[in-house]
Amino acid sequence: MKTFGYTIQNDRQIDFDAADKKLYRYVAEKEPDINLCIFCGTCTATCSAAEFKNMSFRKISLFLRRGLTENLKREIESCMFCGKCTLVCPRGINTRNIIFNIRKGIEEYEF
Amino acid sequence: MDTNKTVAVIGGGIAGMEAATFLSARGITVYLIEKEDKLGGHLLDWERLFPTMRNGSEVVKFLMDGVKADNIKIMLSSKLTAAEKSGKGYNLRINENVDLFADAVLVTTGYDLFDATKKEEYGYGIYDNVITSADLEKIFMSGKALQTKQGNVPKKIGLVHCVGSRDEKAGNVYCSKVCCVTGVKQAIEIKQKMPYTEVFNFYMDLRMYGMHFEALYKKAQADFGIQFIRGRLSEASEDQNGGIILKVEDTLMGKPLKLTVDILVLLIGLIPAKGSKEVGELFGLKNGVNGFYKTTDQHTLTNSSNVDGVFFAGACTSPKTITNTITDARAAASTVAAYLFNYRSLERKIEQNEDFWLYNTK
Repeated sequence: MKTFGYTIQNDRQIDFDAADKKLYRYVAEKEPDINLCIFCGTCTATCSAAEFKNMSFRKISLFLRRGLTENLKREIESCMFCGKCTLVCPRGINTRNIIFNIRKGIEEYEF
Repeated sequence: MDTNKTVAVIGGGIAGMEAATFLSARGITVYLIEKEDKLGGHLLDWERLFPTMRNGSEVVKFLMDGVKADNIKIMLSSKLTAAEKSGKGYNLRINENVDLFADAVLVTTGYDLFDATKKEEYGYGIYDNVITSADLEKIFMSGKALQTKQGNVPKKIGLVHCVGSRDEKAGNVYCSKVCCVTGVKQAIEIKQKMPYTEVFNFYMDLRMYGMHFEALYKKAQADFGIQFIRGRLSEASEDQNGGIILKVEDTLMGKPLKLTVDILVLLIGLIPAKGSKEVGELFGLKNGVNGFYKTTDQHTLTNSSNVDGVFFAGACTSPKTITNTITDARAAASTVAAYLFNYRSLERKIEQNEDFWLYNTK
């Protein structure tokens, strides 16, 4: 028998009103550089992990700001802390230290 | 209405030429001092101009018509080697053997182009087929076909925006202002010469601030099929055929992107001129935080320096388009005249807001 009826679609919208910015605030306090990103993508282009995995520092930085912690947790696991992103960043952002603090924040808040 | 006033203009590029023209119109004698053997500065090395695609030589001709005035003394292959305050004016020494007196000095020393070898990861000077926007203009001016070093017609050409601009690693945090639209202009010119070549512009932001710039950008999309990819080049490497492999993030797709091009063009920024440093030391002129001369005020006293009787015009104070430079040169001529004839307009004061607060981030 063919089943039919309504399904529940997950909302694609970023609910910025409900966004949990706790982790962002934690990271921004430890490494204020997080606010300097101009989203040029040089970090991702040079990232050794990005070729194979969904790993983009640029996106991680946005997930953090938008409170999308689930996406963030998934992506950040691929980071190998090689620091190439820090070398190429035109704004001189300490990207490595940001990822380091995100991981610490995730542990601390048990996300 | 000749006056007995004399002004030395240091630098015979666009700003120097146009300022000399407008000073001479007020009956002021002008020494137009240029270190090269020709007037025209960087404009001599640029074929066509954005956004109209007019030939740069037409603008040079217009400027040359101005400096033909009898009271403009053009001094070529001339370098200022010493300057000494004398009364209200300056005794100046040129090439160690010529002395002259000027009631005021207008500094129009322009800019230098960013040295692309400093962005080693882009391979300029290392890989055969990486050139700068200035090199591309030279090829255009030579009338020769744009070819790879191996002698092939390029099938794909990449242009990289912001090379040496907006880049703390390169030591220049500011936007060079002219490269965005130059990149669009050059992409169109490539397509006009080689319709079957694919052209890709890699950008962070396309700053189409000037009148008609946005129209040029739209033309590039609509009529020339130029592809704009939002992402800054992280590195380039050479393949076995002399192709250039680009690594960039397509930030709008959110994925890393690899592309091999036959020629890579680096849109190099404008930096403070070496000549500005030398002239600045002779007069004790202050530089701003980005190394260009510091004007007395950001909004109002834009042609005045920290030294009495010394003024600025053109790209020696910040990157400027040709249009901006010509306008600034005429404003400077007016400011110098106000100084020489004691106009009340120069007595006005404005509270100084230190602009350095902008740069306190680190």
